[in-house]
Amino acid sequence: MKKTGILAAALLASTSIGASAETIRWARVGDALTLDPHSQNEGPSHTMRHQMYEPLIIRDMSGAFQGALATDWAPSESDPNVWTFTLREGVKFHDGADFTAEDVVFSFERAMTPTSDMKELLSSIVEVRAVDDYTVEFVTDGPNPILPSNFTNLFIMDKDWTEANNTVEVQDFEGGEITYATVNANGTGPYRLVSREPEVRTVLSINEDYWGADEFPLEVTEIVFTPIQNAATRVAALLSGEVDFIQDVPVQDLSRVSETDGLRVETAPQNRVIFFGINMGADDIEADNVEGANPFADVRVRQAMNMAINRDAIQQVVMRGQSQPAGMIAPPFVNGWTEELDTAMTDVEAAKALMEEAGYGDGFSVRLDCPNDRYINDEAICQAVVGMMAQIGITVNLDAKSRALHFPLITDGLTDFYMLGWGVPTYDSEYIFNFLLHTRTGDRGSWNGTGFSNAEVDEMIVSLASETDLDVRNETIATIWDVVQTETMYLPVHHQVLNWGLADGVGIPQVDPEDQPKFKFFTMN
Amino acid sequence: MLAYTIRRIAQSIFVLFVVGLVAFSMFRFVGDPVDNMLGQERTQEDVERLREQLGLDQPFIVQYFRFLEQAAQGNFGLSYRQGRPVAEILLERAPATLELAFVSGMMALAGGIALGIFTAIRRRGFGANVVMTLSLIGVSLPTFLIGILLIYLFSVELGWLPSFGRGEVVEVGGWTTGFLTASGLKALILPSITLGLYQMTLIMRLVRTEMLEVLRMDYIRFARARGLREKSINFRHALKNTLVPVITITGLQLGSIIAFAIITETVFQWPGVGLLFINAIQFVDIPVMAAYLMLISVMFVGINLIVDMLYFAIDPRLRADRTSGGH
Repeated sequence: MKKTGILAAALLASTSIGASAETIRWARVGDALTLDPHSQNEGPSHTMRHQMYEPLIIRDMSGAFQGALATDWAPSESDPNVWTFTLREGVKFHDGADFTAEDVVFSFERAMTPTSDMKELLSSIVEVRAVDDYTVEFVTDGPNPILPSNFTNLFIMDKDWTEANNTVEVQDFEGGEITYATVNANGTGPYRLVSREPEVRTVLSINEDYWGADEFPLEVTEIVFTPIQNAATRVAALLSGEVDFIQDVPVQDLSRVSETDGLRVETAPQNRVIFFGINMGADDIEADNVEGANPFADVRVRQAMNMAINRDAIQQVVMRGQSQPAGMIAPPFVNGWTEELDTAMTDVEAAKALMEEAGYGDGFSVRLDCPNDRYINDEAICQAVVGMMAQIGITVNLDAKSRALHFPLITDGLTDFYMLGWGVPTYDSEYIFNFLLHTRTGDRGSWNGTGFSNAEVDEMIVSLASETDLDVRNETIATIWDVVQTETMYLPVHHQVLNWGLADGVGIPQVDPEDQPKFKFFTMN
Repeated sequence: MLAYTIRRIAQSIFVLFVVGLVAFSMFRFVGDPVDNMLGQERTQEDVERLREQLGLDQPFIVQYFRFLEQAAQGNFGLSYRQGRPVAEILLERAPATLELAFVSGMMALAGGIALGIFTAIRRRGFGANVVMTLSLIGVSLPTFLIGILLIYLFSVELGWLPSFGRGEVVEVGGWTTGFLTASGLKALILPSITLGLYQMTLIMRLVRTEMLEVLRMDYIRFARARGLREKSINFRHALKNTLVPVITITGLQLGSIIAFAIITETVFQWPGVGLLFINAIQFVDIPVMAAYLMLISVMFVGINLIVDMLYFAIDPRLRADRTSGGH
């Protein structure tokens, strides 16, 4: 009897020890894969690193550039192939070492090694050189007007720390050894790593010596991060007050969360557009029932399919209002996006007429490949589209599978009609064109599963990389978008919307469009 | 005895080989790990370089033998997802699963036996009928639903117990335990019930049936005729004779509690090996999947081997069989 008394008292005591006001308990579906700044170019990993490490420049939570470790940056006046960055003075790493140009040069060189996952973003860089302790020059292989936008997730490590811990090389799976930097961190960021058990729990605490102590709220003094995979459990943890912030509220639980006292949902369009790709390039495709011809090669069929998709219905029924119907495959804040291009209309009758005109009045059947664990309600969107295509006579056989099986189909050219989502970290159309539009050769066009290939367009895309006259460049971008809209090799569906579930005490300036909360901007009360 | 032992061990090893081979041939259908490991900006050269580095360009049979060769030296490779040695990750995760399995096993055993006796003795009583009806729920409701219902009731509505995780853990010589802290103990309650409920109803029904059978035996009737107290008949005479099959079943079920903790661990975000396995499947983390499947098959084969050996020791007929040539 006495024992139970003690136990009960212990249980009571533990519930009363709530978290102090400054601790934020944060959960999302997955954990960072590694802490090594230059391994794994992936969202959740970058989000975790952003709390501890800093790049030269960041995007604030509204997506605008903001100096982090750099205070100024501009193309050199004397040489268009050079960008000059002025570094912030008086910054210290967590271990007390001074931050200087040497660390920047070292970090960029590390990020450009073959085992780094960040090297593609830096492929135009020929040399990184330190002019003095607080000035760094980046030499590119031609003028690169948008170079800084590739730097927002490129974190700076301390050269001496990295060398001392024998972790100069970015982790390579061949080596079979765990490197120091994958589980330890020494950055200049607002939070220090206290403890980390991968996939279980990561604790960070505030860096008292942070250079931006006076510039940012920095009201969160401790961050406790737990990945919670199961959506129902994640929501339950928020509802029961065990966590203060979840990054991914499932659409079916939005009203449940926002109707609960003390909780709210904040929403913003995400930097990700969802669309379908069509293989228009092949002479004959395997996934259809038309022998000896490719119905997708006819632009009228593609346009008819585009008109048959009822985006408003998908938004209301499948997404429960949590999406923004799209008419182009660029998210709204990307350079090159226009409202005019981003509107699509549904007209089933006109679509039927186009199908008739193209000689497919009786329709045909085709397979649609769709992931079922990658985007919000991905499989349900595909199911809705199956019905919409049936209206214009196209019988769609849906084949939904795990992302690990789905994406290789696109990159290996094994699918003729597929779903894909795309985010644009550089906020510029060039990124989309490079991966989704350019003919599939070498470094470019790796995600272009449409077979679209146009030498003229390719040339225009390549020219974007070195065009320094921004007006000319924007004109070229507009011209390329016209081609994309006319050729209709992609059928845009919608822009995804982010839903953050927060306890009322947690204040944020706004939902980060890249889904990367940066806790130094958070307020607590 | 020696020949039998050797034969059984040889069979067990053969089973392990086959399990590994089947597992490896299945991995190709889980997807391409390289796709997850490289970001969306990767080039074709990166993909090929990594595939070659990981040996994924080899036929699966070659991959399998390479895995066996390494595994025999205690090296299970590096997790594609975490970039750390698989053996280290498994060891780190094992205590969580073993503690959960232990608590839910104990709970299933104690609860199952108690309720089994109760329903057998008062088999026409109202209480026993309620328990029997409820036990149907335990058998028929899927684990994840029970888990979510418990979370909804005890975490969201009542706010008594945590909905996820292990709470505070204490490290004792490389073993992390949740037994020593209040939050660790609280965190154990819901997952243990979820995981143990099925086993508990199974044991309860088994005890009840056995008990009813035993209670009809002549020696119980004679005991009653001798005027022994009811309590002593039920617990000293009847129960003892009921327990033999119960213990056998419980032993065998222990393996499945560990192996099937996967679902419970996913629902409660319990940081054990089952959750690790689910993550590994989603990420096509072949080294982790391979090591986990081998571990589980070693466990099952091991338990079966021990049971076989025990039977051999206990049952003289098996020994007679040997002379008549196989069984």
